[in-house]
Amino acid sequence: MAFFEMAKTAIRSFVGKPATRRYPFVPGKVTPLSRGHVTIDVASCISCGMCMKKCPSEAICVNKDEKTWTIDRLRCIVCNSCVEVCPVHCLTMDTVYSPAVTTHSGLEVFHITYVKPEKPPKADSVDENKEQA
Amino acid sequence: MSRQIVMPFGPQHPVLPEPIHLDLVLEDETVVDVIPSIGYVHRGLETLVEKRQFPEYVYIAERTCGICSFIHGMTYCQGIERVMGLEVPERAHYLRTIWSEYSRLHSHLLWLGLFADSMGFENLFMNAWKHREFVLDVMEETTGGRVIQGSCKVGGVRRDIDQETLKKMERDLKGFEKGLKEMANVFLNDDSVASRLRGVGVLSRNDAYVCGAVGPTGRGSGVPIDARMTGYAAYGELDFSPVVEQDGDCYARCAVRVNELFSSIEIIRQSIDRIPGGEIEVKVKGNPDGEYFSRSEQPRGELVHYVKGNGTKYLARSRIRTPTLTNIPPLVKMLQGCELADVPVIVLSIDPCIGCMER
Repeated sequence: MAFFEMAKTAIRSFVGKPATRRYPFVPGKVTPLSRGHVTIDVASCISCGMCMKKCPSEAICVNKDEKTWTIDRLRCIVCNSCVEVCPVHCLTMDTVYSPAVTTHSGLEVFHITYVKPEKPPKADSVDENKEQA
Repeated sequence: MSRQIVMPFGPQHPVLPEPIHLDLVLEDETVVDVIPSIGYVHRGLETLVEKRQFPEYVYIAERTCGICSFIHGMTYCQGIERVMGLEVPERAHYLRTIWSEYSRLHSHLLWLGLFADSMGFENLFMNAWKHREFVLDVMEETTGGRVIQGSCKVGGVRRDIDQETLKKMERDLKGFEKGLKEMANVFLNDDSVASRLRGVGVLSRNDAYVCGAVGPTGRGSGVPIDARMTGYAAYGELDFSPVVEQDGDCYARCAVRVNELFSSIEIIRQSIDRIPGGEIEVKVKGNPDGEYFSRSEQPRGELVHYVKGNGTKYLARSRIRTPTLTNIPPLVKMLQGCELADVPVIVLSIDPCIGCMER
């Protein structure tokens, strides 16, 4: 048994640089894989509702009629499930945490601006019309 | 015989990180008997299995515990994979092993810090948590989450670690191990730690066996019980043996955890050396129909996930038995006959995780 085994480490910690960073004056450490919060590109969302179906905490609500995509930041567990299932990759995971919510519900509503491109008329049908005429 | 009094300990107590209530029956300063009661943080996670599809339940299984979350997710996935007869690729098994061992390092370092705090050694507490930060950084770099990794899925793993990162992880372990050795020296050789822990809360080998102690609580009493020896994930292909101490006191349980840190580092090194290439997941088709008891070794002991499928996307039943629940009867045994001042140290020595235990 020995005494003062901790002394060396303690002195080094006392003299050396601090082990922690001075957050929030210094930004927090993030990695490319860090899960911060979910973001949506409203211009490319096709309102398929897959994210809503696969969300384990039922935080996402997609309303096709009103064209809104709503997320409850207080329910969201940032699991990346919605980002993985999105067929058009309009959902992305930001590496920075979302700011503290200021409302009671934590709901964030996004208005989907995606417009379905009009299909060009089929070449065959045009020909048929011509023939009929 | 002096008069007996009952003193409540918890659920809110400075030394307890989580709520458990103990009624201590005292005779003067000596604890004669203990009546534990639980149920303060029950969340009903097992019932939730009927309302979430089985691939999504992994996220919930992971959130059973805030410390060994990866192992919870992995054990659940193992159960579903066995029911469905899925062959998980070898690389996924190795990745699961690596992340499990990092979880063990993180959990043990957290516990060692809390334990140092419980005996009033603040300096050592901060030191242990400083080392833990390194483990959390590795977790975040490789999975995206510091504590809740979310990298396990039914049929494999969600993320791969490229060869370059694996090499870097192995290199970084060297410096980490050096720091740990210095810290371990304090835990194992310092007189102030030893005088606080030696001979406190003794659990004999026979009592440990009869009461069903698991994990470091059992291994500290000389029972070589370790679910990793069953060879799940990639453990069957790695060379290691359970760390066992014979004394059965708080010091022995502490020594088991300190030595397991180095055993975990060795397992990570072996896994990185032997990891094969190839796929990291298999496609899941159909729904589980059948039942399975999935076992694994958590940092605290043996974890059991029972899953029962009925051929639909929703499981019929899930049951989780965590090591803390199993370690409560040995805790009662340890506390009988101890001094009142030793109660906090003994309660912490089983590494209680109440949130995990009550699901």
